Amino acid sequence: MSDTTVISAKNLSLTFETNDGPVHALKDVNLEINKGDFVSFIGPSGCGKTTFLRVMADLEQPTAGEITVNGVSPAEARKARAYGYVFQHAGLYPWRTIGGNIRLPLEIMGVSKAEQERSVKEVLDLVHLEGFEKKFPWQLSGGMQQRASIARALAFHADILLMDEPFGALDEIVRDHLNEQVLDLWARTNKTIGFVTHSIPEAVYLSTKIVVMSPRPGRITDVIESTLPKERPLDIRDSPEFIEIAHRVRDGLRAGHGDDV
Amino acid sequence: MGALWYRIGPVITVVIAIFVLWYAGSVALNSAWAYDKAKRAGVELTTSELIADTLSQEKPKLPAPHQVGREIWKTTGEMVAKGRAFSKRSLIYHSWITLSSTLLGFVMGTALGIALAVGIVYNRTMDMSVMPWVIASQTIPILAIAPMIIVVLNAIGISGLLPKAVISMYLSFFPVVVGMVKGLRSPGKMQLDQMKTWNASGGQEFWKLRLPSSMPFLFTSLKVAMAASLVGAIVGELPTGAVAGLGARLLAGSYYGQTIQIWSALITAAALAACLVGIIGMIQKAVLKRMGMA
Repeated sequence: MSDTTVISAKNLSLTFETNDGPVHALKDVNLEINKGDFVSFIGPSGCGKTTFLRVMADLEQPTAGEITVNGVSPAEARKARAYGYVFQHAGLYPWRTIGGNIRLPLEIMGVSKAEQERSVKEVLDLVHLEGFEKKFPWQLSGGMQQRASIARALAFHADILLMDEPFGALDEIVRDHLNEQVLDLWARTNKTIGFVTHSIPEAVYLSTKIVVMSPRPGRITDVIESTLPKERPLDIRDSPEFIEIAHRVRDGLRAGHGDDV
Repeated sequence: MGALWYRIGPVITVVIAIFVLWYAGSVALNSAWAYDKAKRAGVELTTSELIADTLSQEKPKLPAPHQVGREIWKTTGEMVAKGRAFSKRSLIYHSWITLSSTLLGFVMGTALGIALAVGIVYNRTMDMSVMPWVIASQTIPILAIAPMIIVVLNAIGISGLLPKAVISMYLSFFPVVVGMVKGLRSPGKMQLDQMKTWNASGGQEFWKLRLPSSMPFLFTSLKVAMAASLVGAIVGELPTGAVAGLGARLLAGSYYGQTIQIWSALITAAALAACLVGIIGMIQKAVLKRMGMA
């Protein structure tokens, strides 16, 4: 483990006991995420990608193995507010304005009013929602709501951003646009990002590291270090390099899936 | 005109239907007495004489709407005109008595209901044990327990408004408990996980998420609770010896066979309930609209 390691998992396993017997959501998972990495987790449903992210966030407890976030346990990291978490649905409170929603975690953390105002302005600017502070969630489109929820996760300046299929419910065009914005955001803030997706182009386009996972039991079948440059215009997706990486991801997914498909 | 009729047309149709059925019922139910009188007087009744008689008896089995209306006017508007709005013969006075214990009982019941719901949601022991008692409490006929409450409270020196309000509370806390337990549990797993990622305390989770989320459930419960509270107040007035209140009017009316008085008290109680529930409905609309939940 080098001193730039942010998240480190060793032989991590998580077994859910169900009425139909044990379900191995994660089995012997090993992974290191370094500071400033953009790591995508990709795989079919049931491969444990969301579970893995939730373990990092202390929302699930592993049954075996070790995991550290910023060198401490996920629970300690959560209490130190080390990460912002973006869920699949924006989950904005309808009774609060966009500004009020972004202020919510800051209020909970006891940040001063002046500091709250400053942070809200700053993150609204980061997700390009300047001028929407006083609007209510229902006045915004789905894509804008999701951007507001990303802004909320950024508001308290955690170094790690965990995103669980944040654009899964949005259409292709909005998704492309938001992918560009996330890359821009990552470049400007230099955060470490964990990103769960089931879209191969999205994973390849965004990531510096792509973690391919497979189900039954949930495990990592391949870790691909992207060779794409940090600067990525949308049309990089037509380059041979991009297609090559996407191909390797697809191979990894197929290998892990065995004869199930 | 078309748009207006679209809104009030169905209401007017139903009201007319009720009046038609009511008048028909009055004629049918009161005709026996009319025939009886005619027979004793040795006269034959024409149809129009029969109808006129059934609609103007002094102690009809079912008073006609206009008789009830006249009685209500006599005991409200006319009393006001004479400057005796709060005399003991005024329905306004009796309504006020009932209204005051209804409102006090409603406030107490709502507070008790919310407190129990918070306990049930946050305390495992209460979650496992309180609900069966709450449900059992509502299976006891209120008519049976109301006199006990009056007697017990009287024995410890509490009388007047409070015992009646306690009976109202007994009926009105129930819908609030049921609604608020559901409301406080309405935030989804994702919203609760989100609170956890911010390391929010239990209190913060309650004030910032659970309580606001429960508002639609609370208002629905409050409407039921208000109606139940009024019933409680009326029932509470029966065992106190028919001193004052709409319940007392009902009881006094039945002692002396004053059906018109009974019906006017009934109609007043119904109108009172409709107004109270309507006011809650208006507050509900305004609040939920402001909260973006309607």
